[in-house]
Amino acid sequence: MSSREVVLGSIRRSLGVSGREAPRRQAVADRLAHHPRGLVPERGQRPPAERLEVFRQMVEAAAGTVAKLPRAEDVPAAVAAFLRAHNLPMAVRRGDDPRLAGLPWERAGALEVTTGASDGHQLVAVSHAFGGVAETGTLILLSGRDNPTTLNFLPDTHIVVVEARDVAGDYETVLARLREKFGAGEMPRTVNMITGPSRSADIEQMLILGAHGPRRLHVLVVGEA
Amino acid sequence: MSEIVTSPAFKENARAALADVDLQQALKSVEVNFIAKRRASADKLPEFEALRDAARDIKDHTLAHLDLYLEAYEQRLTAAGGQIHYAVSAEEARAIILGICRKVDAKTVTKGKSMVGEEIAINAHLESHGITPVETDLGEYLIQIRGELPSHIIAPAVHLTKAQIEADFRRVHTHLPADRNLEEHTTLLAEARAVLRERFLAADVGITGANFLVAETGSSIIVTNEGNGDLSQTLPKIHIVLATIEKLVPTLEDASQILRVLARSATGQEMSVYTTISTGPRRPDDPDGPGEYHVVILDNGRSSMLGGDFQDMLRCIRCGACMNHCPVYHAVGGHAYGWVYPGPMGAVLTPSLIGVDKAGHLPNASTFCGRCEAVCPVRIPLPRMMRRWREREFERHLQPATMRYGLAVWAFLAKRPRLYALATSAAAFGLGWLGRAKGRFRSLPLAGGWTRHRDFPAPEQRTFQAQWRGRKRR
Ligand code: SF4
Repeated sequence: MSSREVVLGSIRRSLGVSGREAPRRQAVADRLAHHPRGLVPERGQRPPAERLEVFRQMVEAAAGTVAKLPRAEDVPAAVAAFLRAHNLPMAVRRGDDPRLAGLPWERAGALEVTTGASDGHQLVAVSHAFGGVAETGTLILLSGRDNPTTLNFLPDTHIVVVEARDVAGDYETVLARLREKFGAGEMPRTVNMITGPSRSADIEQMLILGAHGPRRLHVLVVGEA
Repeated sequence: MSEIVTSPAFKENARAALADVDLQQALKSVEVNFIAKRRASADKLPEFEALRDAARDIKDHTLAHLDLYLEAYEQRLTAAGGQIHYAVSAEEARAIILGICRKVDAKTVTKGKSMVGEEIAINAHLESHGITPVETDLGEYLIQIRGELPSHIIAPAVHLTKAQIEADFRRVHTHLPADRNLEEHTTLLAEARAVLRERFLAADVGITGANFLVAETGSSIIVTNEGNGDLSQTLPKIHIVLATIEKLVPTLEDASQILRVLARSATGQEMSVYTTISTGPRRPDDPDGPGEYHVVILDNGRSSMLGGDFQDMLRCIRCGACMNHCPVYHAVGGHAYGWVYPGPMGAVLTPSLIGVDKAGHLPNASTFCGRCEAVCPVRIPLPRMMRRWREREFERHLQPATMRYGLAVWAFLAKRPRLYALATSAAAFGLGWLGRAKGRFRSLPLAGGWTRHRDFPAPEQRTFQAQWRGRKRR
């Protein structure tokens, strides 16, 4: 008998089932097909304008920073301003995301913009989020050429652009959008849910930012909800 | 299974822990910090208690249908290009992992934090076959360079002081200048970050645990604060997920429900920094990510807990709240428990996994104050299950003879009220008379456990019941 059969057999023996019971199979099939929403906290169900405010508060509570920009073309200048304010070199790495590629980077002055994944040598990355979640100030980023996963973790500073209308109240709304984009049961290789910059409290329970991932997380919220 | 089981020596371990000044200092801050943080974050979310019910119900539903969810998960995972390996035992899981590492001739393996990795002692196994495992969670790294087990499931090095860590770094990082400054917490972290960054970039295989496996999508989910798990699974050619069968949840919505109670119960954060959903290997035009994605799904005794007295323990989401609130853990720390899982969850789980003959002391390490159950996000009745272990231990004659005979005599008397009154009156009178001069005893036969540390007060010469009757008559 294979180990698979041993494990499944042992589970079934303990539960006193055969695995062929129609009602059990139906219950499982239904849940997987309908993926019912559970309880969503009130904090995640506010109207759009308030939702953005909750999002900002929660990102800041998680030690991130937020700036609101009226239009996407303001992003390059906002990136440059952030780098200057933190005395960082004027160079960023981004993926192929058309929403980033189409921006007027030349307006950011001497900013050097390279594209591709990170090999650990870049200090600042710019990514475009798939969405945001107000209830905990969480950003949702998808792997792929547009926004390589290594950019989320290797650079010291991570700047993330998110469109205001993509900031949902709760996780469930973003999950529904994921299903719409990729199809039921399908997922990109990696979905990163990011809430604030990297941290560790492993030395005497003292919280320090920048453990292995970025020590700064700056969010640019673009447009209106 | 980890070879270094010292659970049978719980009493000796506990005595040593009580005398350890550094440890006692560290434990004080566990008690203060973790409790306050959880409280604050639970208070901020009015729906928190209802979410705990939801989390419990999701886990119960999944366990009752575990065979079917496992099959659904396997099907989705395989469709996404992942490879699944079932392991009945720790030994089998170790062999599978070693086999995968050998196929690519791996030299270095980076590891995200995994309690299951500790459970199967994977590091020792890889090392003995010439492969270098590198723990990358800072706390796990600290205990790895000290050759210790974790003392807490989410804060593995919570027992260490800054001075100890500095000494360890100087001992191990010998390639760095001897006169460097390591006085601050931040300089220690910066050094670990730099040292481990090199290891991340050089690793051939990355091993992580999983907080959840999602049947709907065939995904694994890890939850971390440092980002080490993500670097471990993104940079190497191969990502191995090491998970146990009870990590399954049906859907992404179900995972979201449980995530709402996980971080809040663990560290008091609203959400951990990195929650990562991984599905299969790198896609054709992905610029990064592992080329192979393997899931080793381990049973190691869990399937036989289903349908029995200890099934509820399989709801555990490893948040650590039960130990953070446990007066016994606060007093003796995690190492005293003698194996991988400490605190109340360990006291229930360890006997199931390594046998009550080895871990029989652990369910006794409880005052039954009930705080663990009161904070457990999935409402596991931990005290009730510890009591059940005690009963089993008794049934199986695993307790010392004096205790068994003592209890038998007491039970005989307790069932016979007259005889009981007679015997206790005689004892109260006798002891009261013997101790009438000083009012206390320095030592007493059969009561050494008490009198070694304090005097035994001489009783009033009449029992409580006799006095009560006397008063009522007046
Ligand atoms: S038993 Fe409950 S409180 Fe303890 S670690 Fe598991 S889920 Fe958390």
